[in-house]
Amino acid sequence: MSLSNVFSIAGSAMTAQSQRLNAVASNLANADSATSSTGQPYRAKQVVFSAMPLGGSGSGSAGVKVAGVIEDPSPMKRVYDPKHPLADAQGFVTMPNVNVVEEMVNMISASRSYQNNADMMNTAKTLLMKTLTLAQ
Amino acid sequence: MINGINNGFKFMEDALNLRAYRQQVLASNIANADTPNYKARDIDFSKELQRAQGVQVGNLNLSATSSGHMQASAGTMNAQALYRAAVQPSIDGNTVDMDVERAQFADNAIHYQFTVEYLRDSFRKMQSAIAANA
Repeated sequence: MSLSNVFSIAGSAMTAQSQRLNAVASNLANADSATSSTGQPYRAKQVVFSAMPLGGSGSGSAGVKVAGVIEDPSPMKRVYDPKHPLADAQGFVTMPNVNVVEEMVNMISASRSYQNNADMMNTAKTLLMKTLTLAQ
Repeated sequence: MINGINNGFKFMEDALNLRAYRQQVLASNIANADTPNYKARDIDFSKELQRAQGVQVGNLNLSATSSGHMQASAGTMNAQALYRAAVQPSIDGNTVDMDVERAQFADNAIHYQFTVEYLRDSFRKMQSAIAANA
């Protein structure tokens, strides 16, 4: 039944998008964490999506899965703050490479995609309900 | 007689199955709107529906223990999902255009509902034809 596949497709996308939203929340919360449990400043985390083809009756379509969470390789921010306890000899502190603007854009994009998928599930539900009451 | 009714319903059944399949393909496009290198897909509805009409349905091979038992048949869904020609592909290789996909998704949902309503109406007509004699 093709319509029930819509639920698994939209569901996988919603899981992936919420994971992306989680990464954004973590990045924004740690935008100023100059140190962490490893002693290194926090590195921004990015979620990588990949298409997950459905087998059987779902051929030709794909759900979404999170292929992995990578650490942003872009250079860390260097802030001049000689009073900071973590400042180096030149008075610079290494701060996380979180780009707040990028994260906000990511957040809006993830939340819109999530809404799209929730909407899709609703449509599939309406169609299935109509089909179930076909002969009444 | 029953065979004739069945053939009349088969067209609607094929149309409904194709609509459901297309809904699934479009759902996968929307779901993968943020997936790098994902290519949007769709089916050629009218072509696939025509093709489905020509396909001879296979026998289900139900075991019959009496001469009055009927055989059932079932068609298999093998519509071909093609790749959509991208209007403005993203730099990450994704070709999902959200406006197009949402519009097609809504359009397909309406068509699905239309087919269901049409089928419901056919059932109702048949019911009133049966009841007219009572």
